[in-house]
Amino acid sequence: MTRDVRLTLGPLLYNWPAEQRLDFYRAIAADDTYDGVVLGEVVCAKRSPFVSDATLEAAQMLAHAGKDVVFSTLALPVTPRERAELADICAMAGDDLAVEANEAGALYLLDGRPHRIGPYFNIYNADTLRVLAGRGAASVCLPWELEMSSLKAITGAGRDLGLTIEVPVFGSIPLAISARCAHARAHGLAKDGCQYVCGQDAEGMAVGTLDGQTFLRVNGTQTLSDAVLVLAQEIPALVAAGVGALRITPEGVDMIAVGRVYRDLLDGATDGATAEATLRTLLGERRAANGYLHGGAGAGWETMNATA
Amino acid sequence: MPRKPETQKLELVCPAGTPSALTAAVDAGADAVYFGFRDRTNARNFPGLNFSPAEAAQAAALCRDRGVRPMIAINTFAASGQEHIWRQAVDTAARVGVGAIIVADIGVAAYAARTYPDLRLHLSVQAAAANPEAVAYYARLFNVQRVVLPRVFTVDDIRMVTASQPGVEVEVFVLGGLCVMAEGRCTLSSYATGRSPNRDGVCSPAEDVRYEQEGDVLVSRLAGYTINRFGPGEDAGYPTLCKGRFEARGRASYLFEDPVSLDATALLPDLAAAGVTAIKVEGRQRGKAYVAAVVGNLRRAIDSLADGGAPGAAVSAAGFTEGGRTTEGAYKRGWR
Repeated sequence: MTRDVRLTLGPLLYNWPAEQRLDFYRAIAADDTYDGVVLGEVVCAKRSPFVSDATLEAAQMLAHAGKDVVFSTLALPVTPRERAELADICAMAGDDLAVEANEAGALYLLDGRPHRIGPYFNIYNADTLRVLAGRGAASVCLPWELEMSSLKAITGAGRDLGLTIEVPVFGSIPLAISARCAHARAHGLAKDGCQYVCGQDAEGMAVGTLDGQTFLRVNGTQTLSDAVLVLAQEIPALVAAGVGALRITPEGVDMIAVGRVYRDLLDGATDGATAEATLRTLLGERRAANGYLHGGAGAGWETMNATA
Repeated sequence: MPRKPETQKLELVCPAGTPSALTAAVDAGADAVYFGFRDRTNARNFPGLNFSPAEAAQAAALCRDRGVRPMIAINTFAASGQEHIWRQAVDTAARVGVGAIIVADIGVAAYAARTYPDLRLHLSVQAAAANPEAVAYYARLFNVQRVVLPRVFTVDDIRMVTASQPGVEVEVFVLGGLCVMAEGRCTLSSYATGRSPNRDGVCSPAEDVRYEQEGDVLVSRLAGYTINRFGPGEDAGYPTLCKGRFEARGRASYLFEDPVSLDATALLPDLAAAGVTAIKVEGRQRGKAYVAAVVGNLRRAIDSLADGGAPGAAVSAAGFTEGGRTTEGAYKRGWR
């Protein structure tokens, strides 16, 4: 299909211990599937002291392997400690260190300097994109909620502005972020004394309805979809719209295998239906969803006509 | 009852979903009233609510006659390809002469700031400016004069904003529904139903709600997802997704928040001392009796406070709150 579209591994959202993170990124660095890797804690600053050394080590490793390394930032920095962490990362932003903003506080700190914008920032129209481009945004990952027609219009505007537009194509969908920690609350704890219980669940805490239906997953202060976003048959349309990068969010499955499916799809070595079937196999029991892009409920699955 | 405006006195900002609720709020002592147009441009896009352009003009005129500031909320995110609907809403608000428009979308804010530089811009809670830097961002880019803070702050956090951004007024919610999630950054509703606060101005929309009796259990569902099961004698609340009962770690609980509503009346002195300019009542979907009762109570609380008294009994005493239970939310540290 094209070699111009890049594959980005999005930030790890779960509270994995440092050693597990390093093993994960060591494998990613040793493999040429991903062009870029986004690092950094997005969900909860309380995790940072335990993993920041591993993050820096991973950054060096990945950069040495030729990956485009980006530091992401907190989705909801509120307290002085969270703001200090945000300011430290934004202060390093420049030509040799790419920083990704996920809310307006980071945009303020990065204003006028080249930066990237992550999918947690609300971009629903091209007017918004024009403002952001005028303040220094060079690359933007669009939010999960957009449907195809909006995505096409914004991507078209992005191309005119010289921006790289990235789109999330794989992984659980972040649905909400809170100042309160539902993960701690489920353990009878408050956020301040959370005992880092989110670390007990490698892919978040399963949340079902009272009728036993799987529904959500809680990852610290973040609420994720239980279903995994899988866009595969939609990739040709995204590429045709001018999308410059696909974002793949780490889950507890073989992420190099996932990345290869997308690489093969972009290279024309496989077709959408086969790619989708392979991704579903990799996901095992996990449900897939693609509803947002098709204009429906995010949890929904729109069956694509393979011959279309 | 004429009131002398004082700079330190908290401004009381009240909701109006209908012209009659607006009159009730004005009569009960509101300093400002906010309302929206009857379309997707505002975050309470519910059937039977909101104002036509003609009703908005009448409402704005009524407010001005009574010395009350009218504000129009245009606080959803403009849909791509339909930006003209949001621009027209800004045009109409400017034409009818409101005291401020309340916006969330950067594209809409840019249009308003460029087209109507004299029209006062307030940043909606839906924009989720959750730290002083975010407040400064919107002030720098669009000359936003007031920010409605998300319900994530403790009183100390609020002081941090007012101290570092003295040029921007701060408005905070004190009464009504309470979003547990950071506002404007939650797509739980559209994940289940396809419609969200950001795009459609609705959360957990009524069209997707079903109540079904199963034996002596009443089940509330949203787009087929069970949000709660109520035993005999339990109050069956509206199935707002984040207020539901779910199962995690083998236990059923109100995972995100109990069925409570916000009442920070007792904290009014602390909020005023923290540099808050205005306090806001949620509830454009509520009837005029509710609006009259809670606005009247808060009016008395603010006046009593300004006269050196106590804020008085919490407004929950009016018996109008969801589930009859209230919380001071994030304003008290333990909530987190």
